[in-house]
Amino acid sequence: MIARDVAMAEPEHSPAHAEPAAAAVSIAGPEIVTGAAAGPSIRMAIDDRWRQAAERVAVPLIALAASSVVFGVFLALVAQVDPLEVYGLMYQGAFGSWFSLQNTLVRAAPLILTALCTALPARLGLVVIGNEGALVAGGVAAASAGLLMHGAAPIAVQLVMAVAGMAVGGLWILAAGWLRHSRGVNETIASLLLTYIAIALMNHLVEGPLRDPQSLNKPSTAPIGEANMIGNLPGTDVHWGLALGVIFCIGTYVLMRHTTFGFAADMAGGNVRAARGMGLNVGRLVAVTCLLGGAAAGLAGMIEVAAVHGRANASLVAGYGYAGILVAFLARHHPLAIVPVAVLMGGISASNGLLQRRLDLPDATVLVLQGVIFVMILAGESLYGRIRLFQPRGA
Amino acid sequence: MQTDLGLWAVPLAMLAGAIRVSTPFIFVSLGECLTERSGRINLGLEGTLVMGAMSAYGVALQTGSPWAGVLVAGLIGLLLGGLHAAICNLPRVNDIATGIALMLAATGLAFFLGKPLVQPKAPNLSAVELGWWSDIPQVRSALQVNWLFVLGIVLAPALWWALRKTRWGLVVRLAGESVDAARAMGVSVAWVRLLATAAGGFLSGIGGAFLSLYYPGSWNEGLSSGQGLMAVALVIFARWNPLRCLWASLLFGAAGAISPALQSVGVTQGYYLFGAAPYVLTLAIMIITCSPERSLRGAPGELGVTR
Repeated sequence: MIARDVAMAEPEHSPAHAEPAAAAVSIAGPEIVTGAAAGPSIRMAIDDRWRQAAERVAVPLIALAASSVVFGVFLALVAQVDPLEVYGLMYQGAFGSWFSLQNTLVRAAPLILTALCTALPARLGLVVIGNEGALVAGGVAAASAGLLMHGAAPIAVQLVMAVAGMAVGGLWILAAGWLRHSRGVNETIASLLLTYIAIALMNHLVEGPLRDPQSLNKPSTAPIGEANMIGNLPGTDVHWGLALGVIFCIGTYVLMRHTTFGFAADMAGGNVRAARGMGLNVGRLVAVTCLLGGAAAGLAGMIEVAAVHGRANASLVAGYGYAGILVAFLARHHPLAIVPVAVLMGGISASNGLLQRRLDLPDATVLVLQGVIFVMILAGESLYGRIRLFQPRGA
Repeated sequence: MQTDLGLWAVPLAMLAGAIRVSTPFIFVSLGECLTERSGRINLGLEGTLVMGAMSAYGVALQTGSPWAGVLVAGLIGLLLGGLHAAICNLPRVNDIATGIALMLAATGLAFFLGKPLVQPKAPNLSAVELGWWSDIPQVRSALQVNWLFVLGIVLAPALWWALRKTRWGLVVRLAGESVDAARAMGVSVAWVRLLATAAGGFLSGIGGAFLSLYYPGSWNEGLSSGQGLMAVALVIFARWNPLRCLWASLLFGAAGAISPALQSVGVTQGYYLFGAAPYVLTLAIMIITCSPERSLRGAPGELGVTR
């Protein structure tokens, strides 16, 4: 029992717990200094805040650089292609032209939302990886709702679809969080099992009760109708899903960083016992963060249906959920950092087609690169606190 | 020649499934059991399973020897397990997240390297006929077992005995129960966990070889869908006991065979729903066996998954 307590207190076992603690320090830091009312030390404290912020940007960048070296060696030795040519094509395919940039942003939209599904519960120390399942469940629910609302005004149809997708996606992740809280079931395994169950349910529905007899090669639901599709942002080919994703991120940021709820969540993530001792309702915190995270992924599913496919079918299982896990970890579960990271990952996946056409690389190339980046990012966790340049110099 | 067995075909097919489908579960769960007993959780075994399946198929195709494939699959698993342990031994690195990362990385790598292996047909592992006494062809085919299944059956009590009775087993359990006690005894916890995780990876790789070289016996990207992960959940259900891992694997194998078994007697309705049975069963079992109030009986003290 004592040994277990020691292990819990040891920060090296849980980086997810360590980060909220660091955030708490950076919030508390300046206040202590103003209390002391000393001129030079204020500057020093601000300086230290910048150093910590710089560390949080620099360490992932170092990990990304290391990943590109490892992946480059892999490309040269295993795939026998010139890594520089690959990286050149990747840039071209991701950001090189207005067309490719739009393609990148279209792919970034679901990634932003699925990343929140991992990032939000992570504030409480939960590792949720059921993003793909919440996306699929949300997509099927949204398509069914859209079909039920057939004939109503498009805006009403879209609204009901969004609510249905978010509700079902939210319930999907809430189930994992609730099982963790009330039964002690490991949420990582449970959420992934729920993903497989969601995909099986979707296959059952689109091949059986919801099947459109017109869809022969790829069993699908009936189309929701051209009029009900979500349009594009003015002047672009990028659909409104991107804007919804960014708005969801900003909302999450405000909730988690500037409200009592977010502060309570950080506390519970840092130390559950202390939070309970303070009288915080940890179950409610778990429920709300999981519900919101799942709702984000469910909204991604609704957007894929209402802006891209027009119907629910197996195309929903496109790996956005798994890539979203990587985006969340790369962004260190920070809601605002998720947006640029999702654009980067969307770019990598957008360049895949170009790599397949020009260099005849398999479509799994992107999966390998994502895997390398993920491993490097986690190994990079050990760099925090190691690089002297970024360490606080304050008194 | 098929003899009409009516509804008896369903339990028979499930028995056959328990024997066929369970083998990867047995290997992965025994590997994970060993790893978790040393105080580390490896969620990346799903990726190891897929990598093992791909490399075994590739090597069997190149050399013409399926057993060479099994060996290479084990060695690839050993490397992946070692990599997981090495990364987790770095300070501040979380083993659950690393497992997810290696699961995605190994799956991606297997799909990348396995692209040219989808079409060709590699030599499969041979089977042992245990159904010679029966005249019914379905019974015979159900009792066709693979040597790897036999090996798994032998391995479970061997691992149980080794963990319980040998000095080596004691050291592994000590590293899993209390880091402080292990350090006081002069045991290098990092080293023990590295070896235990690598050995667990070796077994999972062999489990993967079974998938591609015996049942279903070909390589494609949908070969494993969560078997590696279910095996991890299964270890919790088996309370970290290798013998119970064996029984649980047989149970899961039978559950996995429900869907094809019903299809074989003509029940095509709800094929996908019955296909989800193993996942639902895993979840149900985890809900029943876990409890928030007390830590699980038999759980290694240092294990993150029960905290």
